[in-house]
Amino acid sequence: MIWVNQIIQGVLLGGYYALIACGLSFMFSVMGIINIAHGSFAILAAFGLFLLADQWGVSPFLGLIIVVPAMAAIGWALQRAVLERSSRAGILVPILSTFGLSIVIDNLLFEFFGADTRSLAPYIGSFSYDSWSLSDDIEIGQLSALIFATAVILLGGLQLFLSRTELGRAIRATAEDADTVGLIGVNARLVNATAAAIAMATVGLAGAALAMRATFDPYAGAPQLIFAFEAAVIGGAGSLWGTLIGGIVLGVAQNIGAQINPQGFFIAGHGIFLVILFARLFWGGAGAAFLNSLRRSA
Amino acid sequence: MSRQSPIRVVRWSGLSIGSVAVAVALTILLAAGPLFLGANAIDKLTTLFIYVILAVTWNALAGYGGLVSIGQQAFFGLGAYGAVRLADAGVSVYPALVLAAVLVGLIAWPISVFMLRLKAGEFAIGMWVVAALAHLLVNLDNLVRGETGTSLIALNAYAAETRHALTYWTALGAMVGLIGILFALLRSPLGAAIQAIRDNEDAAASVGVRVMRTKQIIFVLAAFGVALAGALWLATTITFQPRTYFSVQWTAYMIFMVLVGGLGTFEGPILGAILFFAIEAWFGATGVWYLVGLGAAALLFALFLPKGLWGWVDQRLGLRLLPVGRWLKIDETAPMGTSKSTESGST
Repeated sequence: MIWVNQIIQGVLLGGYYALIACGLSFMFSVMGIINIAHGSFAILAAFGLFLLADQWGVSPFLGLIIVVPAMAAIGWALQRAVLERSSRAGILVPILSTFGLSIVIDNLLFEFFGADTRSLAPYIGSFSYDSWSLSDDIEIGQLSALIFATAVILLGGLQLFLSRTELGRAIRATAEDADTVGLIGVNARLVNATAAAIAMATVGLAGAALAMRATFDPYAGAPQLIFAFEAAVIGGAGSLWGTLIGGIVLGVAQNIGAQINPQGFFIAGHGIFLVILFARLFWGGAGAAFLNSLRRSA
Repeated sequence: MSRQSPIRVVRWSGLSIGSVAVAVALTILLAAGPLFLGANAIDKLTTLFIYVILAVTWNALAGYGGLVSIGQQAFFGLGAYGAVRLADAGVSVYPALVLAAVLVGLIAWPISVFMLRLKAGEFAIGMWVVAALAHLLVNLDNLVRGETGTSLIALNAYAAETRHALTYWTALGAMVGLIGILFALLRSPLGAAIQAIRDNEDAAASVGVRVMRTKQIIFVLAAFGVALAGALWLATTITFQPRTYFSVQWTAYMIFMVLVGGLGTFEGPILGAILFFAIEAWFGATGVWYLVGLGAAALLFALFLPKGLWGWVDQRLGLRLLPVGRWLKIDETAPMGTSKSTESGST
């Protein structure tokens, strides 16, 4: 029974990983850029909500009305000021510039907020620990369920947005060939800035989820980037539904690892990532078919 | 032969022969350092040598191999851990430092087979995952006792002064050796392949360069160099705390030194390491703002001066002190030649 519980909790945790991976995966599939500062931006959003709650007593859920648009604006500015110029300079430059940016963000957060570990849990009342009991051993946290549902709705919504709307089609077309879309009247710069704004808005939600369900500190961005990256790659980089599967695989592996050994949580997470990567590289066809079958059944 | 063609390919210039001679003289002078320098200066220079090793090897990887890794701290930590393990097993301390680096180089080969299949950003973060996993696995070792860490107690067998001098000489030898290996490698036929990959990987492959094998050689050499730096750092600080050694900050330092000095230039990273050393000495005490400054500098150089300070100097003056490329010289007295001599730096 304890194993069943670990797996259920792992699936729920996977919802958070899918949420944090969403923006990374979206930006990679649309702009071909892996934003190394991704995790740092999630922590920035978390501190934004913390500041609103701590200083002005704004509930974190209400705070999202301010923080999510602010993150979208940051995404827009990021694209215009950093990513656009970097990606013109070559494939390696965006990695270097966003890495530099992550160091700046982390240390500025440290300068303003100090080393203390924070959480938004105290500001959302009993919602942080309320749960539904399925049996004596299995409880489903309401917050975890909400985060999971948010991830599913967000990933599904983005998928629909990309396939059904005018702007979504323009984003996909720009991802294919930014020069050619210019010929048919699509402003590639505008489209990419919009895509970056969307990606960063999802990072705002992910930051909120992290801050409510766990604790964070100024240097917590790096592990979030790694988890997001692992979920995105396990699920097949650039595929939004794959990202959900990737998050769940990562969350379940970590929880099973933790059950085996106290240190096993992180080891199992990194381990499953490398094993799946390895399998895909060397038995590419079969591995991809297996993952596709998972994706279809999801 | 030069009578038939007015065009000659030159690999040395008067200036670069002179600068190599100066470098050799400087090395000899530095080797005699412990005879006339104080303990503090010896320690400071040892640190500088380690920074140069980090900068030069990261540049080999990113500047020449086109491989941006954010996980070089994996090899830094493993080098130090290997030295602790070997010393514990009874290997004499200083040989253990080098042997540990060799072992890490051997481990890097199978890692390269698999990580090099990843592209650009995926490789960058993939290496970070490798570093995180290496850190966790080292923590499991009872000798290390988790984050508490351990020390290289075998070093206590030496008197403080002897120990500082021995570490200094090992670091100097490692730095000069690695720069020498890279210089020779980049001037060899393999070097032409490496520089072709740096400029355009697909084009290099199309003219028969074995891209994968060439990148593997650079990857393993870089891992060996960083591991040696990690082992040497252990020899200077004595204590081994996994969290410090497997910190991504090491890679941040490497990126800063190489971006500021000059990515993909031979001299640039050495300049970058010296600048970093000076900046750390002046601003290191300001803590957080110092790190903000390093990150901002890396960001601004990546955006506005991607070839760094040395790239800028090279572009303006065509200055090559340690040339790994070729100059194309057109003989002005030749009948078909133009009236002016052209120097085109094709690094």
